[in-house]
Amino acid sequence: MIEIKGVTKRYGETAVVDDVSLTIAPGGVTSVIGANGAGKSTLLSIVSRLTPADSGTVTVDGLDVTTTPSEKLARRLAVLRQENHMSVRLTVRELVAFGRFPHSGGRLTERDLALVDEAIGYFELDDLADRHLDQLSGGQRQRAYVAMVLCQDTDYVLLDEPLNNLDRRHSVQMMRRLRRMADDYAKTVVMVVHDINFASCHSDAIVAMKHGKVIAQGTTEEMMTPKVLKEVYDLDIDVHDINGSRIGVYYA
Amino acid sequence: MVVVGVAVACSSVLFQTVTGNRILTPGIMGFDRLFVLIQTLIVYVFGALTLTTTDPRLLFAGQTAVMVIFSLALYRWLFGRDGRDLYVLVLAGVVFGTLFGSLSSLAQRLINPNDFVVLQDSLFAGFNQVDPGLLAFSAVLVAAMAVWTARLSARLDVVALGRDTALNLGVNHASVVNQALVVIAVMVSVATALVGPVTFLGLLVANLARQLTGTFRHRTVLPAATLLSVIVLVGGQAVLEQVFGMNTALSVIINFVGGAYFIALLIREPRR
Repeated sequence: MIEIKGVTKRYGETAVVDDVSLTIAPGGVTSVIGANGAGKSTLLSIVSRLTPADSGTVTVDGLDVTTTPSEKLARRLAVLRQENHMSVRLTVRELVAFGRFPHSGGRLTERDLALVDEAIGYFELDDLADRHLDQLSGGQRQRAYVAMVLCQDTDYVLLDEPLNNLDRRHSVQMMRRLRRMADDYAKTVVMVVHDINFASCHSDAIVAMKHGKVIAQGTTEEMMTPKVLKEVYDLDIDVHDINGSRIGVYYA
Repeated sequence: MVVVGVAVACSSVLFQTVTGNRILTPGIMGFDRLFVLIQTLIVYVFGALTLTTTDPRLLFAGQTAVMVIFSLALYRWLFGRDGRDLYVLVLAGVVFGTLFGSLSSLAQRLINPNDFVVLQDSLFAGFNQVDPGLLAFSAVLVAAMAVWTARLSARLDVVALGRDTALNLGVNHASVVNQALVVIAVMVSVATALVGPVTFLGLLVANLARQLTGTFRHRTVLPAATLLSVIVLVGGQAVLEQVFGMNTALSVIINFVGGAYFIALLIREPRR
């Protein structure tokens, strides 16, 4: 269980995350939605200890993220940020293998190598495994990064816009894979998603943020209503039931 | 010469890892001139008598300690915020190098002539006249630092991926960076105390080592850079003796080659 209590983060005068308290139950997929600058990414990086909060506490399974040794947390929680830039030249396989670092400390065992190969295969990166990251397209690179994070094999996986740069097919595949991790391995997936329909079709719960505050949270059914979405995005969005999923229409 | 080779190679590779770029080295950021400044200030404040009467090892330990503190502060200040433009950093390095250099020469002008002679003697040790006592001490120190670096190398690989990724993978980024900075400061101090500033040697060998080995792993890159560094120093010395008939300083040759390489790197590196 992830418990966020009274977390605030300010940059200068503006509170990017403003006194947020939130509990994310273990298991299942939770999507965080909201307009640009609502504080979604900042909240995610506070939860994953990448950014220190100005006040408030975050615990993961009762472990305070700011005081728990980093290597212990790394076996429990993995995070992928929105932008990843690396100054070193790595091949895809080398990158994915780094996901095993918290478990192996740099010396890969047979099992580590098997997991690396599995992750590479799952994201259809076999042909690219020995290419360098700077020779890949944005979407291919994104898949490599997600493969690394999943290779970490943690109970909690936090993803900041995992669908960045992905084409339709790979987006759907990515969401299905995350869904299956939650269903089959009882993992907890928390992700920031911009496409509300992906959020609707694949997540159990949705958290909506606006101006640094959580303005609504609930099950997908409760959240996918014109009234809630209007509040979140300041945009009129029709919601229709299509093939058992609630789909928001806002393109026109 | 081997000691200097190891020190320059390791400190440069570590510095590049910690700062996440392939162009900056302690030499370019003016760390070695900082050491000269510290040495000058000691003479200025305490007089040359201190320099000659104190046990050179004790003196050296003191200088290195000051160096560690200053380089940590300088690093925090320059690299504390992310997303610094590479060109700003290079410029800052040049400015700092010049600043430390001018401050040293200012202090050197202010001290009395006798003190100055003593100082000059200790500053311009050069490759040809290394104090054997200090050399043995330095060798032990550098060996200790090299062992420390080797133990860090797996974590350094992760640190090279950047702060966020390193943290996610459970590496205490700040702690590894601090340890690396201590190693860097000690190694730069040793190299500078033994032969004076050789600005571009580190850049040359660190990048050549990465290019030749084609890997990012410190376990491979560090020994390769060390080897190259020794080769360049010995080779340079040979060229110096054979071609130039000892008419110039080794650092001139190395800085010429290294400087040309540095400019090539700057031009090639895509702006980001």
